[in-house]
Amino acid sequence: MAETSPVRIDGVRDIVQRHGALPTRLLQILREIQDDLRWLPAEALDSVAEALGIAPDRVRRVAEFYAFLYTAPRGAYNILFSDNITDRMLGNRALLHALCARLGVGIGETRADGRVTVGTTSCTGMCDQGPAALVNGQAVTRLDAARIASIATLVEQQAPLEQWPRELFEVTSNIRRADILLGRHFADGAALRAVLKRGPAAILDELLKSGLRGQGGAGFKSAAKWRSCREASGAVKYVVCNADEGEPGTFKDRVLMQDFADLVFEGMTLCGRVMGARQGFVYLRGEYRYLLDALRDTLQRRREVGLLGTAILGEPDFNFDIEIHLGAGAYVCGEESALIESLEGKHGVPRIRPPFPTTHGYLNQPTVVNNVETFAAAAKIAVEGGDWFASRGTAESKGTKLLSLSGDCERPGIYEYPFGVTVRRVLEDCGARDAQGIQMAGPAGHMISAKLFDRRICFEDLATGGSFMVFDQQRDILDGIRNFTHFFVHESCGFCTPCRVGTVLMRDLVIKVHTGHGTRYDLEEMRTLGRIMQVACHCGLGQTAPNPVLDSLEQFPEAYERRLRSTAFEPAFDLNAALEEARRLTGRHDPGAYLNEEELLLGAMP
Amino acid sequence: MNDTGQCFTLDGRMVPFQEGQTVLAAALAAGVYIPHLCFNPEFAPHGSCRVCLVKVNGRMQAACTTPAADGLNVHSETGELRDIRRGILQMLFVEGNHVCPACEKSGACQLQAVAYYVGMLTPHFTHFYPRRPVDASHNEAVIDFNRCILCELCVRASRDIDGKNLFAVQGRGIQAHLVVNTPSGKLGATDFSLHDKAAQVCPTGAILTKHQGYTIAIGQRLYDRKPISVVGDVAQLSEQQGGRRHE
Ligand SMILES: Cc1cc2nc3c(=O)[nH]c(=O)nc-3n(C[C@H](O)[C@H](O)[C@H](O)COP(=O)(O)O)c2cc1C
Ligand code: SF4
Ligand code: SF4
Ligand code: FES
Repeated sequence: MAETSPVRIDGVRDIVQRHGALPTRLLQILREIQDDLRWLPAEALDSVAEALGIAPDRVRRVAEFYAFLYTAPRGAYNILFSDNITDRMLGNRALLHALCARLGVGIGETRADGRVTVGTTSCTGMCDQGPAALVNGQAVTRLDAARIASIATLVEQQAPLEQWPRELFEVTSNIRRADILLGRHFADGAALRAVLKRGPAAILDELLKSGLRGQGGAGFKSAAKWRSCREASGAVKYVVCNADEGEPGTFKDRVLMQDFADLVFEGMTLCGRVMGARQGFVYLRGEYRYLLDALRDTLQRRREVGLLGTAILGEPDFNFDIEIHLGAGAYVCGEESALIESLEGKHGVPRIRPPFPTTHGYLNQPTVVNNVETFAAAAKIAVEGGDWFASRGTAESKGTKLLSLSGDCERPGIYEYPFGVTVRRVLEDCGARDAQGIQMAGPAGHMISAKLFDRRICFEDLATGGSFMVFDQQRDILDGIRNFTHFFVHESCGFCTPCRVGTVLMRDLVIKVHTGHGTRYDLEEMRTLGRIMQVACHCGLGQTAPNPVLDSLEQFPEAYERRLRSTAFEPAFDLNAALEEARRLTGRHDPGAYLNEEELLLGAMP
Repeated sequence: MNDTGQCFTLDGRMVPFQEGQTVLAAALAAGVYIPHLCFNPEFAPHGSCRVCLVKVNGRMQAACTTPAADGLNVHSETGELRDIRRGILQMLFVEGNHVCPACEKSGACQLQAVAYYVGMLTPHFTHFYPRRPVDASHNEAVIDFNRCILCELCVRASRDIDGKNLFAVQGRGIQAHLVVNTPSGKLGATDFSLHDKAAQVCPTGAILTKHQGYTIAIGQRLYDRKPISVVGDVAQLSEQQGGRRHE
C-alpha cells in the first residue's frame, strides 16, 4: 500500500491531461498509469476519477474488469504464461513450474521482495510459436528450458526489459500459403484513388458483387453493413477495426497487423469514405501491444504521404484519421458491442441488441465494426473489383479465408485458401499426419473428428473465424475440453446468469469426469446445462461456451465413457474425505466412522 | 385494444402494445404474467437474469429486451421454457447462499416466488457456498450479500432515482459481486435511508429492515397465499397488499 508516493499520484494527473481528460480514454489512461506504477492503487484510481469528473466506482469497475489491470501490487516483472491447449501441447506447464522453482515463487503469486509475479493468461495468439508468455505485456515466444533459465537470470539480475536479448521477443509471421489476399502486391493508396475516381456508390456495388462476408466469424455481408451505416442518420459516424482476436488458436489478425497494416488501414479509410466517417479506431488486443509502436509509425507515415488525416490524396473533403486503442485482457471485448463499450472507456459488457452498432454504435452514433481481415479484403476488392474476388470460393462464401494452424502439425502458421477447401486438404498441407480431431473456430467453434474431415470450410458447411487446432491420436481430447471450459470461466463477463454460473458448473462437471469421478448422469447434466446456455445467454460468448463439450460428447464419446464410474450417480464431493476432518477432531478411527470397509482400510493405512 | 391496434400473440392470446414497448412490458400491462427478476417497470430493461426468456418467432429471446412488434408469435408457458427457467433459477440459488427457512423475506420474496412458479423443488446443481460477510453497519438496514442475485436494481435505483450512487457491481465473471460505494465498503458510512428507492426494489431478501421482523407469520405471507403470477412483484405492491413496507 505504502508503495505510492504523492509525487507519483501527480504523474496520474499528467497522464489524464495528456488524454484530454476524456472519460472515453479511461482504459488507455489506466494502462499508462499502470506502466508507471506496476499496479493501480486506490489513491490513483480516485485521482483519475476526480480528474475525469466521473464517479470513482466507474473507474474501479474498469480497473477490476480487465485481466491486465491490477488493483493489488504486482512484481516488477510480471510474467504470464499463455495457457491455451496448444501451449500445453508444447509443454508450457513444465516450463511454468521450472520458472517458478528457479525464482522461488508460486503460480499466480508475487515474490515477497516484489521482484516478480508469475501466472497464466488466456491464449496470447502465438500458437504457431509457443509456448508463449507475456513479460510486462511484451510477447515472448518459443519458450524452452534454455529460455526459462535465461529469463530467471535476467529477473534476478534486475536487467531492464530493453536489455533482454531481442530474440526472446521475436515474433515470426509463418505465412505458409498465400492466395489473393496475401499473395498479390497492393500499391498503397490504390483503393483510395479508386473510391475518389468512381465514387462510394460504385465501390459499394463492387463490394456487393464480391459477396464479401465478415471474416470475424459471424459472416454478415459486409456490403449490407456498410450500406446500412451509410444510410443511417447521424452527423458523426465511426469505423472500428476489430483486432481483438481473443479466440484461442487464432493469430491471423496478428499477422495482418504485423505485415499488412497498410492494407488494413487502407480498408478502414475506404470504409470511412464510403459511409461518410472521419474517425476510425483499431481495437488492438492487449496481447499484441508489441505491435503498437510500429502501427503508430505506419499511421504517421500514411499521414505524411497524404493517405490519412486531412485532405487525403489532395481531396479537400476527404478527412479520416485512425486511433489505436489497446485492450487489456478480455475476450468478451471482441464481441462488437462490448468492444464499443470498451472503446468508450467502460468495462466490456455486451449491450442489449437491437439497436445494432450500424445505427447506435460508438457514442450511440452509426458505426461499422469489421474484422481486420474484412477490411484488408475490402481494400483489395475496391482495386481489383468484386468479380475478381467472387471468382474464388463457393456459392455462399466468396473469396478466401485465412486459417491459423496450430497444435499437432509439422508446419503451423497461416494458410490462405479459397473458401470450400476440405479439412483433409488443410491437414495434408500443414503436415498433420495423425489427426484425431480438430477444434475449429476456437473453443467457441466446433470440435470435429476424422469422420468429418471431408467437409468443406465455408459458411454453408463448416464456418470458421480461422482457428484450427489439431489434436493427434496421442492426445487426450478431454485435456483440451477441460482447458476450454477454464477459458470460458475466466472470460465470462459475469453479466448474465446462465453464463456467469453455467460456465463454472460446466467446468466442474468436466473436471469431475476428467478426474474419474463422473457417471453417465453427469454427461446428461452437461447436455442439459449446455442446451440452457446455448439459448439463454445474453451474448455469443455464453451461447457458444458449451459447444466444445456438446460436440465432443457427440464426436468423441469414448473420451468420456472410458472414465466413467459404473454407478448411476456420484456426489459432487467426496463424502469420505469430507468426514476426515470430523474423524480427526474426534479422534475416531473405528469402523463406524467410515462409510465402508474399503475406506476404513485406506484410512487406517499409515 | 389500443389506438394503434397493433398486437402480438402470446401463447395464442392477442396482446396489444404501445409503440416502443417490449414484449414483457406489454404482457404485464395486459395482465399476462411472464416470470422475471431483473425487470422492474420503473426502470430501463437490464436483460441480465434471463428468467424472462420466451420464444419469439422460433428464437429464444429475453422478453424484457425484445421490442414488441405487430404479428410476433411469442411462446412463454411451454414445457421447454419452464425447464430452462427452472435451470436458471437453480443457478441463482447455488451461486449464492439462500437459506429460505431462515430468511425474513421468505414468503414475500420474488426470487422464491418465481422459483415456485417454475416448479423448482431443489437447487439441483452443486452449491458454490461463497463466503460473503453480512453488512449490519447501518442503523436501519442490513445487507446480506449472500442473497444478492446481481439484478442491479438497487444500483440503478440509488444512482438514477435517489441520486446517491451507493451501490455498484465489481469484478468479472463469477467474481462479480455487489459492493457499497464507500472506501470502507460499509453501508453504515453512507446516507442510505429506508425511504430510498434503492431500499424498496430488491427482489430477494438481500436488503432488509432492522429492528423489525416476522410481523406476518410465515405461511400467511404474500406469496404463501397466492402465486406471483396472480399477485405480481413485491416491489410494485403497497404495504397493505403485502408489498414493501417502507413506501
Ligand atoms: C465473445 C465474442 C468474441 C468475438 N471476438 C471477435 C474478435 O476477436 N474479432 C472479430 O473480428 N470478431 C469477433 N467477434 C465477432 C464480432 O462481434 C463481430 O461480429 C465482428 O467483429 C464483425 O466483423 P465482421 O463482420 O468483419 O466479421 C466476437 C464475437 C463474440 C460473441
Ligand atoms: S453470455 Fe452473459 S455473462 Fe457471458 S459474456 Fe455474454 S453477457 Fe457476459
Ligand atoms: S441487493 Fe437485491 S436489488 Fe441489489 S443487486 Fe442484489 S438482488 Fe438486486
Ligand atoms: S427480466 Fe428479462 S432478463 Fe431479467
